[in-house]
Amino acid sequence: MADTERHTIAVLVDNEPGVLARVIGLFSGRGYNIESLTVAEVDRSNALSRITIVTTGTRMIIEQIKAQLSRLVPVHRVHDLTDEGPFVERELALIKVVGKGDTRIESLRLADVFRARVIDSTTESFVFEMTGSAEKLNAFIALMEPLGLAEVSRTGAVAIARGSGRF
Amino acid sequence: MSAEPICGADIVIKALVDQGVDVVFGYPGGAVLPIYDSLFKQNALRHILVRQEGGAVHAAEGYARSTGKVGVVLVTSGPGATNAVTGLTDALMDSVPVVCLTGQVPTHLIGNDAFQEADTTGITRPCTKHNYLVKDVNDLARTMHEAFYVAKNGRPGPVVVDLPKDVLFAAGAYSGPEQGRHKSYRPQLQADPARVAEAAALIAAAKRPLFYGGGGIVNSGAEACARFTELVRLADAPCTLTLMGLGALPASDPHFLGMVGMHGLYESNMAMHDCDLMIAVGARFDDRVTGRLNAFAPHSKKIHIDIDPSSINKNVRVDVPLLGDCGTVLADLVAALKAVKAKPDSAARQRWWRQIEAWKARDCLRYDRSRSDVIKPQYAIERLYELTRDRDPYITTEVGQHQMWAAQFFKFEKPYHWMTSGGLGTMGYGLPAALGVQVGHPDALVIDIAGEASILMNIQEMSTIAQYRLPVKAFILNNQYMGMVRQWQELLHGGRYSESYTAALPDFVKLAEAFGAKGLRVEKPAELDDAIRAMIDHPGAVVVDVAVDEMENCFPMIPSGAAHNEMLLGPEDKSGSPVSEEGMVLV
Repeated sequence: MADTERHTIAVLVDNEPGVLARVIGLFSGRGYNIESLTVAEVDRSNALSRITIVTTGTRMIIEQIKAQLSRLVPVHRVHDLTDEGPFVERELALIKVVGKGDTRIESLRLADVFRARVIDSTTESFVFEMTGSAEKLNAFIALMEPLGLAEVSRTGAVAIARGSGRF
Repeated sequence: MSAEPICGADIVIKALVDQGVDVVFGYPGGAVLPIYDSLFKQNALRHILVRQEGGAVHAAEGYARSTGKVGVVLVTSGPGATNAVTGLTDALMDSVPVVCLTGQVPTHLIGNDAFQEADTTGITRPCTKHNYLVKDVNDLARTMHEAFYVAKNGRPGPVVVDLPKDVLFAAGAYSGPEQGRHKSYRPQLQADPARVAEAAALIAAAKRPLFYGGGGIVNSGAEACARFTELVRLADAPCTLTLMGLGALPASDPHFLGMVGMHGLYESNMAMHDCDLMIAVGARFDDRVTGRLNAFAPHSKKIHIDIDPSSINKNVRVDVPLLGDCGTVLADLVAALKAVKAKPDSAARQRWWRQIEAWKARDCLRYDRSRSDVIKPQYAIERLYELTRDRDPYITTEVGQHQMWAAQFFKFEKPYHWMTSGGLGTMGYGLPAALGVQVGHPDALVIDIAGEASILMNIQEMSTIAQYRLPVKAFILNNQYMGMVRQWQELLHGGRYSESYTAALPDFVKLAEAFGAKGLRVEKPAELDDAIRAMIDHPGAVVVDVAVDEMENCFPMIPSGAAHNEMLLGPEDKSGSPVSEEGMVLV
């Protein structure tokens, strides 16, 4: 089995009905992996959305994914951020921790260490907001597990190339 | 240009006419009644009423592939659209430009499980190149033109435009085709000149070159086929073609080795295995061509010309990818090859041709010609070819053994004359496709080379053929089996012929007569020529039911999971070459 690689791919698409279904259908129909996928409009005047896909596969599969994406009619550009140089990748998570007493205080203390913000609180719960790499989020969520982790909501990764270059 | 608002249905018709469409294959229903009403009031567009929507798409495919134009289909919502799905998938796999207009329930009912509602854009998303749901009549004209642009530019394919009924009634502005260029879809036509030069140098230096041409050349046009032929002759190299590529190089050209692949010729497959340079043009390294991938052309460098970036390096890693339109790239490559100073190693090239001659001498298409009591299917195709070749016939096929024999024994001198379902392998393709070809070429000889099982899948189109008095000829190789299924059952399943025999076949002569056509039945080799002549001479539609040897199998054959140099040349080869476990699971 050839080595699998993890790639973050940014895709600029027409913001039209069905475009996300086309991208997702491509991945499911051809058996590619999706680790995460995020999408939102980024250019209202030109009605363009940006999709960030984190995927894994062999080099040949990754090349296929990019080629298949670029031949979809509403796709303008496909950039393999992993291949094209340094880039930053961030994910946002909302994490609900339910508990009382020491565990509650400990969760708050750890949140401080991880620079998570408290965005909702009751006497027996917190909702933390945290931004960072997937690894950082994973680490924090693992720490919350014994402290009353109740619910997690994550956005999936968004990413952008470093430097002054434009997409 | 019309500034006055017109109704959506009129916009549809106007857009079709402005796109140069002269014929639409369709079937009416509730959701498309406004379009049928608009059709009724005009004379520019001809409508061919099929008997089932699946037939409409295949007819449009036949029309498109024999004329080089976009085929147009018009069907209603719900079942009309779902019946079209097989044809759309077929057109996607074989890169046929088709625009399929589907009716839809009115926009306010979409999602309500309304009568004859189906999520057409959802269902057809994976089986079209692109699709549209038009929710505003003011987007309609632009969408119609864009659909044609997308269908024929880049790698061609089917495009669905889903049309809610209220949009067809609403009044809106019409705009002409000049608005129809997609805002960002611009397939690359010209390959990188440095890469073209690199490819030319490789061709000049190759000791054992082989051209491997596919349907992409035909799709690119007659000019691309001419450039391809020029390049093959200039390089003086052997050339094989895929099932879809037949006709891209004249079959009579001495460089032509015959078809490649699972039922391709021995010399083609051996040359593919042993070549040191493969020049793939508009072909996609399909599993039917490559055989076992890890044994595919192990000693070769590969050049690949294709307009679809996802075809390059998909199954097989290539050394020089040339992304662009076949015609454009081939013209550049011809010029680049002429500019190469180095002369080919003529001694090596002569050895290569001698080797090929030795492979040819195996006579891989041989079959038992001694029988006078039973018609060999190969003989039937050979006679059909000999007796019709001077009439420049258009050939369609169904899917199965007869299709492979047709590909092996019929010789195509020109592109656009061979219509077969390659990628999807759709039984029932041939008869409606022949109907579509005949509509595009009213005076031509159009023959569906069929099997008795396949043709029954769309036999209802005999009624369409009757209605428009189309002189389509159906030439059935009747062995009473689903022959290819039976062949695989012999090869893989111990000869247990599970459900591959058709009991209670119709009397095809009476069937033909019931549809107003002429029916002929042939059982002896001696009667065959007369029957074929009678078929040609009859001015209307004919069904020729040729009773052929029931147990004949199609050879040569690369068993699934095997390599090119592990071909079976005939039934006597079978015992020594069992199919591997990996091969068993392959289709």
